[in-house]
Amino acid sequence: MSDPLQPPLKKNPQKRTVSPTRPPEGRSRAALGLTAAAAEGRFALQCCAECGAVQYPPRDACSTCLSTELPWRDVSPKGTLIADTFIRATTSLYFRDRLPWRTGTVQLDLGPSVICHVHGDCEKGARVVLLNRLDRAGQGVLIATPEKRTPNMQDDPQLRAMSSDPNYRRVLITDARTPNAPALAKALRTAGAAHVFVGEGETWRPYPERAALESLGVEFLPLDVTDTSSVNRMAAEYGSKVDILINNARFLRPGGVLARGDTGFARDEIEVNYLGLMRLAQAFGPAMCARTGDGVNSAVAWVNILAATSLSNSPEMGCFSASQSAARALSQSLRGEFRSAGLRVMNTYVGPTEDDWHQPLPPPKVTANALARDVIKGLTDGLEDVYCGDVAKDMADKYRRDPKVLERELTMGGEA
Amino acid sequence: MARRQGYDGVVVTAPVSVPYERYSIETAHWWIARALRASLQAAGLKPLEIDGFTVSSFTLSPDTAVGLTQHLGLCPRWLDHIPMGGASGVVALRRAARAVQAGDADIVACVAGDTNHIDSFRTLLSGFSRFASDASYPYGFGGPNVNFALLTDRYMQEFNATREDFGRICVAQRDNALRYPNAMMKKPLTLEDYLNARAIADPIALFDCVMPCAGSEAFLVMREDEAIKRDLPFARIKGTIERHNAHASDPIQLRGGWTLDVDDLYDMAGCAPTDMDLVQTYDDYPVISMMQIEDLGFCEKGGAPEFLRSRDMTVTGDFPHNTNGGQLSAGQAGAAGGFIGLVEAIRQVTGTAAGTQVKDARRALVSGFGMINYDRGVCSSAAILEGTA
Ligand SMILES: [Zn+2]
Repeated sequence: MSDPLQPPLKKNPQKRTVSPTRPPEGRSRAALGLTAAAAEGRFALQCCAECGAVQYPPRDACSTCLSTELPWRDVSPKGTLIADTFIRATTSLYFRDRLPWRTGTVQLDLGPSVICHVHGDCEKGARVVLLNRLDRAGQGVLIATPEKRTPNMQDDPQLRAMSSDPNYRRVLITDARTPNAPALAKALRTAGAAHVFVGEGETWRPYPERAALESLGVEFLPLDVTDTSSVNRMAAEYGSKVDILINNARFLRPGGVLARGDTGFARDEIEVNYLGLMRLAQAFGPAMCARTGDGVNSAVAWVNILAATSLSNSPEMGCFSASQSAARALSQSLRGEFRSAGLRVMNTYVGPTEDDWHQPLPPPKVTANALARDVIKGLTDGLEDVYCGDVAKDMADKYRRDPKVLERELTMGGEA
Repeated sequence: MARRQGYDGVVVTAPVSVPYERYSIETAHWWIARALRASLQAAGLKPLEIDGFTVSSFTLSPDTAVGLTQHLGLCPRWLDHIPMGGASGVVALRRAARAVQAGDADIVACVAGDTNHIDSFRTLLSGFSRFASDASYPYGFGGPNVNFALLTDRYMQEFNATREDFGRICVAQRDNALRYPNAMMKKPLTLEDYLNARAIADPIALFDCVMPCAGSEAFLVMREDEAIKRDLPFARIKGTIERHNAHASDPIQLRGGWTLDVDDLYDMAGCAPTDMDLVQTYDDYPVISMMQIEDLGFCEKGGAPEFLRSRDMTVTGDFPHNTNGGQLSAGQAGAAGGFIGLVEAIRQVTGTAAGTQVKDARRALVSGFGMINYDRGVCSSAAILEGTA
């Protein structure tokens, strides 16, 4: 079993904060296929389209038949740990702060041998299951884990370094008024979050979620994402205490371009959904990036909750989805900007939710509890892209296969 | 008819080792020039009098053998650049020998050299190979230490080898190094020192690892009559082999490409392992020396620990091995590490090894191993040299 994680000691202001460092980031284009699969928590390897041979390390041509058709496919992650070592010397600053580091050779049942990280509970010679996870450089890496779950397995320091586990971490949910706020706060509590802050705009105005949030023991902070000075004030006071930020602030009205007579709601959507994200990132981003090496409660993740239609738009929510696409594009820039610090940006793409604005749409719809569960799982698995609900998963599959076909499907219009 | 043509009439001579330095502010070009110059001086040659040139180096970038011709004022009609790390020496030798034999060149200078700046090991590591960047460096960034830790771990499980078995190789080589003025390591090493050394990547500890340094090595390949005319002590090339990416489906490396070609090697040379007066293996870690001793036929697979337990690997012993201390005690000067055993073997069989001279040494086996492209060494090579005494 892994030693259970201990709560972080109170920070000694005299001690230097461990600087943000990251493991080696350089990869070939082919190897980024592993990263793409890890971003969604899948274990995939290249399989030759002609002879079926499974390849590792990633290649540009099959090492059995020289075919250049090497699609990535989800395959069995099982194998045997045939050798291992504890690295006690390295020139990498990232690993030097974390020695000794356990590394091993796993022979996959499918054939190839892989050099991988090794979970502390794996025994030499034992059967193992490989996970494909994003490391702090944001690149896909393989880690061998015991075939059967062990106590406190998620607390293994090497595995935790590849996750964004909320356990013992402090989380800010940016908007108390969004209907999913209580479910998120509750799930974070259950997952062991040390503290949950909830941002609250227009504090004088009552709202139904307040009572539920109060009963969860969250701390309310006055925060309005449309007000730069409010965001900056909160970041100055609490920025260094936020390890995970979940931006659930949202302004939503239905309708496409022609359904609306003016740009009024669109301005509000951009103010909250796009500029709100930008304000939050400018205010909280630097403090979080400075604390990514800070021990058990280091800053780890920035979570955006986005509509699945941010991938490809349709008239029902046309103007709102455009603001979501803008936020999605901004998140890609943020990934690049946060990468050097190792702060992960996790986008959760949600299908239609169970709330007033989506009432005209048919089921299936995503409940707040389902959303919260997927956010926690995504954090625990260290994902970068989470598709929540059947509609979002379906849309992601179609988007991957052919974005133009998806666009046409979503914009067919009704019967003439 | 023999399967392979021999190297009759072609010889190797003018061995040079430029004393290594732990760190150097000089460039690879500087180190290569020093070795080339010394080798040419030994043979009484001027730069424009050689017509073949081959170089091996990791730190020459952005130059290659091409840039060096202009930089060093050479005008060869045969030119090669051999990027095979620890296998480079033997590969350079066998290519040069064929060139001379075929008349494509008359005198080929074979040179390897590298510099070692304070941070060059780290930068060299980061740009070593695509598979390494993709699939080994992200896993702890321990460099070759990690690969060899894993191989050693597997070897110990598979063949019941102990740390003492590896230690005996290192201790004997240190003993040999004390006779070799150019060796970086100047202090004796005991088995106890070896066993108590700081762990680097279990089961690898400090004395299993080479010390990266700057240095260069060189030799010349020419016709026998040319060597006689110049009154140079020379060695004949009795047989050579080379192989890459052998046994690719082995889950972890416990054998190298030698196993595929070893019969050819001894057939060509017309001799057997027991005929060797000394053996120079590529020794960036002792487990690899054991692998070569097995794969080159001195004992069966997995038998090296037992084989070596009853043998004395020092210069005066019954199984002289890495007689100038090898890389483990003389230092690893980058690609020159692929030459050190060969250059020392030339000195040995020509009776010019001075302090490390093995008595009556006539035949030497030299083995090369190189390039951990991902999880194992890809290149293997070996040669048998014979003196004229
Ligand atoms: Zn194929």
